[in-house]
Amino acid sequence: MEKFAVYEGLVAPLDRANVDTDAIIPKQFLKSIKRSGFGVNLFDAWRFLDVGQPGVPFKKRQPNPDFILNDARYQGASILLGRKNFGCGSSREHAPWALTDYGFKAVIAPSFGEIFFNNSLKNGLLPIVLSETEVDTLFHDVFGFPGFKLTVDLENQRVATMDGQKSFNFDIDPFRKHCLLNGLDDIGLTLQHVDEIKQFEAQHQLNQPWLFS
Amino acid sequence: MLKTLYDKLWDSHVVRMEDDGTALIYIDRHLVHEVTSPQAYEGLRLAQRRPWRADSIVATADHNTPTTDWDKGIEDPVSKLQVDTLDQNIKEYGAKAYFPFLDSRQGIVHVIGPEQGATLPGMTVVCGDSHTSTHGALGCLAHGIGTSEVEHVLASQCLVQKKMKNMLVRVEGRLDAGVSAKDVALALIGKIGTAGGTGYAIEFAGPAIESLSVEGRMTLCNMAIEAGARAGMIAVDQITIDYLKGRTFAPTGDLWDRAVSYWRTLRSDPDAVFDLVVTLDGSALIPQVTWGTSPEMVLDVNGRVPDPDQEKDAEKREGIERALKYMGLEPNTRITDIRIDKVFIGSCTNSRIEDLRTAAKVVAGKRVASNVRLAMVVPGSGLVKAQAEQEGLDKIFVAAGFEWRQPGCSMCLAMNNDRLESGERCASTSNRNFEGRQGAGGRTHLVSPAMAASAAIEGAFVDVRSIMSE
Repeated sequence: MEKFAVYEGLVAPLDRANVDTDAIIPKQFLKSIKRSGFGVNLFDAWRFLDVGQPGVPFKKRQPNPDFILNDARYQGASILLGRKNFGCGSSREHAPWALTDYGFKAVIAPSFGEIFFNNSLKNGLLPIVLSETEVDTLFHDVFGFPGFKLTVDLENQRVATMDGQKSFNFDIDPFRKHCLLNGLDDIGLTLQHVDEIKQFEAQHQLNQPWLFS
Repeated sequence: MLKTLYDKLWDSHVVRMEDDGTALIYIDRHLVHEVTSPQAYEGLRLAQRRPWRADSIVATADHNTPTTDWDKGIEDPVSKLQVDTLDQNIKEYGAKAYFPFLDSRQGIVHVIGPEQGATLPGMTVVCGDSHTSTHGALGCLAHGIGTSEVEHVLASQCLVQKKMKNMLVRVEGRLDAGVSAKDVALALIGKIGTAGGTGYAIEFAGPAIESLSVEGRMTLCNMAIEAGARAGMIAVDQITIDYLKGRTFAPTGDLWDRAVSYWRTLRSDPDAVFDLVVTLDGSALIPQVTWGTSPEMVLDVNGRVPDPDQEKDAEKREGIERALKYMGLEPNTRITDIRIDKVFIGSCTNSRIEDLRTAAKVVAGKRVASNVRLAMVVPGSGLVKAQAEQEGLDKIFVAAGFEWRQPGCSMCLAMNNDRLESGERCASTSNRNFEGRQGAGGRTHLVSPAMAASAAIEGAFVDVRSIMSE
């Protein structure tokens, strides 16, 4: 996993609550057996007027001019601003894969679907929880100022405007922060504890042998 | 110390815990399906790792499989590749049990786990599927995980987790005839919202829950995730134990006795403290119908679709307006004036034998209304299908004008050919009414099996209790 350091990026606003993972990446694109290539179908049903099918090249699609990510002013955006319960619904990791493949590095929202939240952290996509009021402020700013950018400083757990006038602190689990900052993958870390796992397993088998029969 | 059921399940699986509460949790059962596993096996392969414990794995193909013309195989090459990839991965890495496409025991992973006795009380159960919460009905800790976590469990038999908070949902009283676990689930989500359970493990308890069958309990736990909670669970009682006895992978002989005496401890201690308690009056519940594009947009069947002009909160008003537009509904429309085009009875929420019996009872001797283009029943598994056929339920459905299909996830998420066309309106026993969930532009109304069956007959939503008393 790529290391996450201080990051500056253009912000795109997605002003609706309960954005579910079916909306982030519709089911017809889940048939791939790869981890990459989902970005072209990010928010497919909202982003395009034609119904998306796997394998149709981007240039043959009809972008929906009313969808925010198709607005010229948000091209190249890498920080997505959302509303509450972003990423609710299914466990598909294709959702963070699609967001990162499109180019997003962070999503800011007042709350997230839990499985999506965890999946994002494992893919170098930083989900940032700010308060409803802070998120409101950011929506106001991003709509008000074309080219609105933010700096995300994971080390100091802070989101700030480029002029430094506004900054917001956010919480993150220390273990997750450590993994993101160092680009560590969970499995390697867990396997440092092989002996403990084996020991637990042996005792567990004694306690509940029917689980191992 | 007094413990909740969740506390007990958690404590018995902690391998190690960091100072900040980050824990390694041991996983007993790993359910695998074709959509969320290929990248995990690929990761395992690239890292030259092997599954830690292949005999913890129970696998099936369910999301992509067709529900008609099984003799033709899987016609969509992309779907076929995904199913073939699962075949190869299981062949290469092994499993305790695999129910591939065309196997007589194949079916929706959350139906076959309990059906086979492969999910048991006291277990930790995971699957790359958010509806893994279903299995909590058996008194186990079960939740969905992402593909990176699927790989993590394959490689280490563990998950990195932090403990969730405890929520108790107490359902008092008795459910009226015609009111089911699905209505309890929808009413709860209507009350606490789709994020109401975020960060919690929900235990369902109270007289109305105790009197539910295990299948009804599965329906309820299945929808815990729709309330935002990754895990839902119900204490073990005699109903649980009777359900499990004699199932293929359930223990036998002395081990059964030992297991049962342990399982009987799997209930919250009296006076155990929950972080949040929500109470519902089961006696007052009436059948529920969703009107919008989130499960929390739900009403009593005698209700009217909301009017955005009456909503003061701007964000909620916009949400209502957007949902009404997508759903093609006018404000203040009576639920019972909403006419439907399709009916889907199936999914990991409601495709078990009791669901089919309930629906069959409603449609017996009647005909699907002429405005309903397609009414389909998709049993949850090959064994559910065989049981239903033995009871003659298939004949009842077919005589009423339903299509009787092969098992699978089908039109719950429309990864196979079963889907809504744009603008089509469906009474569905599934779990998500998100935009496009059942097909691009499709309009989903979530209901119980009895309500879907009665909607098929009337061509519009109707309080099934009025039909039952006829």
